[in-house]
Amino acid sequence: MSWNTLMAMLAEETCNTLFMTIPSTLIAYLLGLPLGVLLVITRKDGIMPLPTLNRVLGIVVNLLRSVPFIILMVMLFPVTRAIMGRGTGTASVIVPLTISAFPYVARMVESSLLEVDSGVVEAAQSMGSSTLQIVRKVLIPEAMPSLVNGFAICITTILAYTAMAGTAGGDGLGKVAITYGLNKRQYDVMYAASIVLVLLVQLFQVGGTTLSHVIDHRRRK
Amino acid sequence: MDSIQDTNRPCQIELQNVRKVYPVTGGEVVALDNISLKIHKGDIFGIIGLSGAGKSTLIRCVNRLDTPTEGKILFCGKNVPEMNKQQLNLMRRKMSMIFQQFNLLMQQTVAKNIAYPMEIAGVPKERIRKRVAELLEIVGLSDKAKAYPSQLSGGQKQRVAIARALASDPEVLLCDEATSALDPMTTQSILRLLQQINRELGITIVVITHEMAVIRQICTHVAILDGGVIAEEGSVDEVFTHTKSAAGKRLFGIVTPENREELAEAPALRIVFDGEQLSEPIIAELILHLGQPVSILSADVHTLNGAQYGQMLITRPENRDVCDKAFAYLKGRGLTVEEVRQA
Repeated sequence: MSWNTLMAMLAEETCNTLFMTIPSTLIAYLLGLPLGVLLVITRKDGIMPLPTLNRVLGIVVNLLRSVPFIILMVMLFPVTRAIMGRGTGTASVIVPLTISAFPYVARMVESSLLEVDSGVVEAAQSMGSSTLQIVRKVLIPEAMPSLVNGFAICITTILAYTAMAGTAGGDGLGKVAITYGLNKRQYDVMYAASIVLVLLVQLFQVGGTTLSHVIDHRRRK
Repeated sequence: MDSIQDTNRPCQIELQNVRKVYPVTGGEVVALDNISLKIHKGDIFGIIGLSGAGKSTLIRCVNRLDTPTEGKILFCGKNVPEMNKQQLNLMRRKMSMIFQQFNLLMQQTVAKNIAYPMEIAGVPKERIRKRVAELLEIVGLSDKAKAYPSQLSGGQKQRVAIARALASDPEVLLCDEATSALDPMTTQSILRLLQQINRELGITIVVITHEMAVIRQICTHVAILDGGVIAEEGSVDEVFTHTKSAAGKRLFGIVTPENREELAEAPALRIVFDGEQLSEPIIAELILHLGQPVSILSADVHTLNGAQYGQMLITRPENRDVCDKAFAYLKGRGLTVEEVRQA
């Protein structure tokens, strides 16, 4: 394979990978962020204690997280077909990616929000805040550096999952690496695709860590 | 023990038979038992006790960060434990609180922190901006509006917390060990600020503390909490000059771990002086009057609400007649005298 062909292919497949990763992450946050908030505020010592709901949500999240992505993808074919029109393909993979990722996102959000000093939440309560006001104006802003860190971890994890999308007719860098490495024994192409994956992960992770640090006002500057 | 001046002012907060019980494995712990208190408008009401006495639980029941097991807490004629969520939130805007650990929003600027109570109450932006500037002026931090809490000292953080507490124009300010994390100098300046707020804005202040110095410096009234019950209550001068309870005697330093044993063997006399008598040679004259020496066990001078008070422990003359003579002489000089035994 010529250098130019390789570069063109890698560029195109990088776009495919990002096309799966970014929407999946965003939709997973759309579902996972409120779920994570619920997991925190409905705890027994939370600001809206609903222990039964909390336990049920916890079990559902654990169940969803315990199914391996590749199996979940197969199990979700009918759902994916109903939503996207077809069960396989690059766009269709967004459905199982999202469903697999949102419980993970919820747990990440939960652990970030639990880091917020309970004294600050108590102060907000003592000032007459509603539950929604505490969530929007205290919990989330105070946890923001940690949430950004969690976002970087989630997006890199979802990026890694896209490598498995090849098995369900999705494109992307993962599929290139598997097709050329495993099936065609063209290891150079496999390594090239893997290097791009590594660079993407680094980019997201370093970007996330830096942003988290910059927006954090807890340390003296 | 209401003095005349108390009954003239409207009651701001009234606690009736408040009881708080925590369930623990194999039983329950009574944190508060049969607490009844009246806090009047304009008071600086101190609640003092050693750790574990229940004072934090008590103040947290007042704004319902904690719920009492039994009893009533009346604020503006309504019973706090029975309020629904909406009433509770409106009540909390009239009853602000500051904390030992300040509890500021660490990711927001000082100005944003102070704006918070107004934002949640839906105050228009322009008014918030003006009010934040006024509040910063009151607490003396006008130059720190754009700073973050992590850039401030402990005393400055508590000033921000006070400004935030004043933002909702409260009638009452609850202070939960507000100076306990601060050094003595900073404590003084925060206490002066609280006193200024009480005087100039007419806000009733409830102070929870384990330091008698805080009570002596700013409080008008005090309740001594010991083991979940009120051991003694009244105006600060009254409670200081006629200390009755064992807890009170410990807290005022009348009975100390050092003199406990001595007092067990022989009771002492406690003499309380006010400012005018402090400069008089009372003891020397007492010895001349009795014709026999007495020894001084301890002596110190306190400031109560700006006035000077002294207290002294002397040995009680063993002879009953001499003792009566000493009592009569000291009382004749306008001093408060009482016998102190081991508590």
